[in-house]
Amino acid sequence: MAAPETPPTSSLRYAFGNVLSIFILLLIGVLAFSIRLFSVIKYESVIHEFDPYFNYRVTQYLTKTGVYDFWNWFDDRTWYPLGRVIGGTVYPGLTLTAGSLWKILNSLNIPLSVETVCVFTAPIFSAFASWAAYLLTKEVKGVGAGLTAAALLAMVPSYISRSVAGSYDNEAVAIFALIFTFYLYVKTLNTGSLFYATINAMAYFYMVCSWGGYTFIINLIPMHVLLCIVTGRYSSRLYIAYAPLVVLGTLLASLVPVVGFNAVMTSEHFASFLVFIVIHVVALVYYIKGILTPQMFKVAVTIVVSVGLIICVAVLAVLIALVASSPTKGWSGRSLSLLDPTYASKYIPIIASVSEHQPPTWPSYFMDINVLAFLVPAGIIACFSPLSDASSFAVLYIVTSVYFSGVMVRLMLVLAPAACIISGIALSEAFDVLTRSIKYQFHDKTENPQLSAGDTSNNSKTDEVKMEKSEDSLKERSSRKNKKKAKDTEKASVISRIEQRLLVLPFEVSLIAIFLLVLLGAFYVVHSVWAAAEAYSAPSIVLTSHSHDGLHVFDDFREAYGWLRHNTEVDDKVASWWDYGYQTTAMANRTVIVDNNTWNNTHIATVGTAMSSPEKAAWEIFNSLDVKYVLVVFGGLVGYPSDDINKFLWMVRIGGGVFPHIKEPDYLRDGQYRIDSEATPTMLNCLMYKLSYHRFVETDGKGYDRVRHTEIGKKYFKLTHFEEVFTTHHWMVRIYKLKPPRNRIRGKTKKSKTKASSKRSGAKKNPWR
Amino acid sequence: MQCDLCILKPHQSHQSQISSSVHYLLVTEIISAADPKMKRFRFDLSLFILLGFCMLFSPAVSSLVISQLDRKIDLSSHIVRSTVSLKVENNGDDSVSEVLLPFTEKQAKSLAFLTASIGEGKGKAKGSFDSVPLKPVNPEGMNPKLTWYSVSLRKELLKGGSITLEVKAVYAQILRPFPEKITQADVQLVSFEESACYLSPYAVNVQLLTVKLPEPKVESYTKLDISKFSGSEIKYGPYENIAPFSSIPITVHYVNNHPFSVARELVREIEISHWGNVQVTESYNLVHAGAEITGEFSRLDYQARPHVRGASAFRNLVAKLPPRAHSIYFRDEIGNISTSNVWSDSTKTLLEIEPRYPMFGGWRSSFTVGYGLPLQDFLFLSEGKRVLDISFGCPMNEVVIENLTVKIVLPEGSNDISASVPFPIEQQSQETKFSHLDMVGRPVVVLEKKNVVPEHNQHFQVSYQFSNLSLLREPIMLVFGFFLFFVACIAYAHADLTISKSSSSYLSKLQWDEVQTAIQQFQNVMNRCLIIHDKLEASLRDLSRTGDLQTCKAARKAADSTLKELSKELKPLLSFLQSSSQATQLLPKVDELVSKEKELQEKLMLKHSTVTDSYEKKSGGREIENRVASIQQKISVLRQEVDDLLEVIDI
Repeated sequence: MAAPETPPTSSLRYAFGNVLSIFILLLIGVLAFSIRLFSVIKYESVIHEFDPYFNYRVTQYLTKTGVYDFWNWFDDRTWYPLGRVIGGTVYPGLTLTAGSLWKILNSLNIPLSVETVCVFTAPIFSAFASWAAYLLTKEVKGVGAGLTAAALLAMVPSYISRSVAGSYDNEAVAIFALIFTFYLYVKTLNTGSLFYATINAMAYFYMVCSWGGYTFIINLIPMHVLLCIVTGRYSSRLYIAYAPLVVLGTLLASLVPVVGFNAVMTSEHFASFLVFIVIHVVALVYYIKGILTPQMFKVAVTIVVSVGLIICVAVLAVLIALVASSPTKGWSGRSLSLLDPTYASKYIPIIASVSEHQPPTWPSYFMDINVLAFLVPAGIIACFSPLSDASSFAVLYIVTSVYFSGVMVRLMLVLAPAACIISGIALSEAFDVLTRSIKYQFHDKTENPQLSAGDTSNNSKTDEVKMEKSEDSLKERSSRKNKKKAKDTEKASVISRIEQRLLVLPFEVSLIAIFLLVLLGAFYVVHSVWAAAEAYSAPSIVLTSHSHDGLHVFDDFREAYGWLRHNTEVDDKVASWWDYGYQTTAMANRTVIVDNNTWNNTHIATVGTAMSSPEKAAWEIFNSLDVKYVLVVFGGLVGYPSDDINKFLWMVRIGGGVFPHIKEPDYLRDGQYRIDSEATPTMLNCLMYKLSYHRFVETDGKGYDRVRHTEIGKKYFKLTHFEEVFTTHHWMVRIYKLKPPRNRIRGKTKKSKTKASSKRSGAKKNPWR
Repeated sequence: MQCDLCILKPHQSHQSQISSSVHYLLVTEIISAADPKMKRFRFDLSLFILLGFCMLFSPAVSSLVISQLDRKIDLSSHIVRSTVSLKVENNGDDSVSEVLLPFTEKQAKSLAFLTASIGEGKGKAKGSFDSVPLKPVNPEGMNPKLTWYSVSLRKELLKGGSITLEVKAVYAQILRPFPEKITQADVQLVSFEESACYLSPYAVNVQLLTVKLPEPKVESYTKLDISKFSGSEIKYGPYENIAPFSSIPITVHYVNNHPFSVARELVREIEISHWGNVQVTESYNLVHAGAEITGEFSRLDYQARPHVRGASAFRNLVAKLPPRAHSIYFRDEIGNISTSNVWSDSTKTLLEIEPRYPMFGGWRSSFTVGYGLPLQDFLFLSEGKRVLDISFGCPMNEVVIENLTVKIVLPEGSNDISASVPFPIEQQSQETKFSHLDMVGRPVVVLEKKNVVPEHNQHFQVSYQFSNLSLLREPIMLVFGFFLFFVACIAYAHADLTISKSSSSYLSKLQWDEVQTAIQQFQNVMNRCLIIHDKLEASLRDLSRTGDLQTCKAARKAADSTLKELSKELKPLLSFLQSSSQATQLLPKVDELVSKEKELQEKLMLKHSTVTDSYEKKSGGREIENRVASIQQKISVLRQEVDDLLEVIDI
């Protein structure tokens, strides 16, 4: 407002605007960090859930032994007796990040424990992620949109769910790497600078190190490049943005052991190579077009097209033949289930059994991205006016991520940043239009003396800051020096120009609209804080319940792991369903048979078979696996719903998938899964049932299961091959020990017969003999 | 049990070696016949026999005689406390300055704490006991299997004089669970072996032994001539006129469900911060050293009848912390342990901690307890030095610590460090610890002691010198660090990091910058022209609304003059752009824009004059519109083109 009259103050204000936006960014970083601390405040500084425990253990190993031992680490504490090569099968980005963070802190004599560093890695990186979102959105639509997007991303519930303090998982750093890679790509696209292109390849390398989701990048960027080429937006900037990324990126990616030659051999990466060829052809065409006369060019085109087509077809044929010769068509199972949502449920029960691999429901969209879902369409429209290379990238990003999030709940995480960026653009544009119309009309009114400025002055002053930023962004691309020279004169004119071109809304309407938008934003903030505080901050190893006499803590898992850690031999093997594998190795420091890294289906099926077999057969399987303790999770006493009995059908299914004598219908009565008196005898005699309900009936005399809301079917039974060695306070974890085989078998003549027969039958059931 | 037979008084009977071995065999047979459980005791017995045998050859120690001896052994917990009050008389000619106290090998191994105090006179004032120094000695000619301590008397005991000596000894882990493994339902039985008469190098005139049990349940005890079991006490004696080194082994096998909490290792780290806090961190490695549990552990049984099924298990420990302890935490390597309670009043803070699971025999656990204490309660100034005065042992009740390490972390820059502990310790050393923002590290005093019992919970002192200025070192360092950082930022922002100023790319970049500036100025001018156009349009609108011809004309005049000025401004810019080699690409567009703008300007002027003319002629609105319509169309087309061009130029 004051700009046209007094140019000197505006330059000051410009500087002020810069400082202000840096300050706002800082606050956004603080917000992103602190909103994720609910878990620490409400519970404690502890690693959450399952996978983070594995990452934590790997980080501990890394900090203890150094990076070279880490690459060569063969872990004999898991997948007994197979073991697992950790260095070659793990995405090392997260652990290396936290490990080096720890190392830096310790070299500065700040004695933080590895656990503390791990717990707070995710919040720190979500602050980084929101800054990266600012940068990306700034490249797309300017500073105002950037700040809005950063603020939205700082508290988007979907991302909070994966990055609360303690949720030490790959996604925590990967989302930052994802957004930052996209930012650098767009930045390169806007500037055509080879410097940014190189940094971009580095960022891509970091992403490859961090998460398997890097394939999203290496498919999305080629798609965008292709889109640009098809729509005739090819430029040298596009070439610089893409070609170095593919070459350097692929080279760097193949340095990561877990990716290795997959970077050139699996179908996920082929799109990038194809587009790499295409962009070179296009570049060549543009070059030839420049040096040839139009007639010559036409001739050349016909020749090249005909030859090129033949070569292309040949190459394609070879590629397709190569790909088709591999059983999964060169696609990994998870990627295939992305392209064909029904694939997993048909062929891979292990992938299907994980709840986060299920398609999401509509409420989960509302839960996870809340009002952003409504803002996204507006943002897409805003991206089209005008459509630049950068904004087309944003549109492509949101469209693809919406598709992927529809396939798997887990990939909602990829959608969240896109939704934030697009919504940031939408909100910022909307505010831009509304405040501008207020300002414009306010101008009019102050010029017309019959209207007093009155209460509106306040409003327009606050809006001004936002205006300032959007103007900023228009000129952001010009270099620093120019800006200094030019900014004092140009601004006033820009305002009026835009004023003219856009429709100006009536004053009252704009006020109401701004009010409603602020309300919408407030609703989003309230929802996000609620989600962070209530829905997503439970560490899942500690459960709490509010009863009339205050808070009650269920710390049974750690009780059991603590017991195992201190009161069993170091080399004892513990069998449990694979969900608890990571936790057992990390917290109890005992060898497990299977764990959450579900790479060996047969092994998991063996444990599943043992759990669904009768006691004797199960004992034989476990004994052949050298198992000493069996751990089951049982929620029937306190009503903890995700216990082993509820997961049991998956054990049967996965077990039955490999060992056909386990049949799912045997465990179902008329297609219904039940454990009451109507349950099938197979169900009531299987190991899982017996271990879960051993002496359960004596607690209340009836054996009422609080999860299934029914009395159990078989109440009084004795264990012959297992003995209870530990049960936690709320009975949530029960640990049994395999009894040693009997020394003396009564009846010598019988013995030889039964022995022979049992051996034979054992051989059938037991894959390890 | 017929153990009366095995009262051994080797000094009296003067047996030969053969007879003693016969006796030994006899004893063994009897014991094994009486109770197979007792088989293990025979080695100890043989030891006693051997001991007695050896004593034969030892010279007479001195002329001291113990006229009365009253011994109380408290077995009520897993720590055995014995209190012996001796009335020593000097019957010899020489005055005596020390009294010797022997301990058997077994006792010495588990002896954790020993004090002696002297009551002057004939026991008239029992409260006036003074503690006297004790030192380990190795008197010549004595049995090397015995461990000796000597009490040095303040005043020499003259001939015929007497003195009352009270010796307190605390033994850790001397009780042996028997049987060693029990099931959850069993009670814990332990056996305790002692001699019914006090092992002494002096003759004892009258002596009495009282053994106090935790509860009046005893599985078996050695019955002697004069022994009495009443309530929860067993009394042996009084025996009279017992020669030196006599030994009558007795065994008490009784029920002791007291928690056998033993810390295999305890590291106490006491960190002093002169900002007002003493942080104590204690890491325990705890074990239940009683009878090990065997077979099943049933939570059901334990929950239903915890005192029957799991009688020997303990659920919690109570620590008595100093008053005003704050920031108390209780955790282990896998996180916080939520089962703890704190009560505090002005004299103490009681912390009740429950390990993650009930501790049954043989079960282990490890955890860390930490708390902060106000500095002024524990740090004092004396003679220019700072003295830390804090308790040594562990604050838990009735915990035996096998290896205790106390580390006192002093602030960085402390020197002249010395520590004084009121009882002997195994090792004292110094190390350095690096913590927050340390440059040279903090000096750490490390004190190590084995076999620590609650009696060791005494205050000890560490004195050191520390200047208050060192306190400011770290904040100043931080301030300086941030200052440097900001300076570096400023320097970076102002520095020109171009490698070569004469390189062609740099020069072209400079040129390009100039071109950009010119273009931006050009755009500016254009925009201002457009604003003037807008104003003209607005004036026309006003005219149609108000019919005020004068203001409209005035606006026109003003517009004309500014437009002229602007076109003047434009000239140097255009000439610069034409001369610049970098602007060749842009030049056609710029030219086009200028011409379009000119055209637009003309049209607008035309429109303006037409409208004003018609107004002057007072022609109707419809008519004006018709006349202007064609111009208006052109204007809008031109305006669109100009806008587009402006956008194209925008770099």
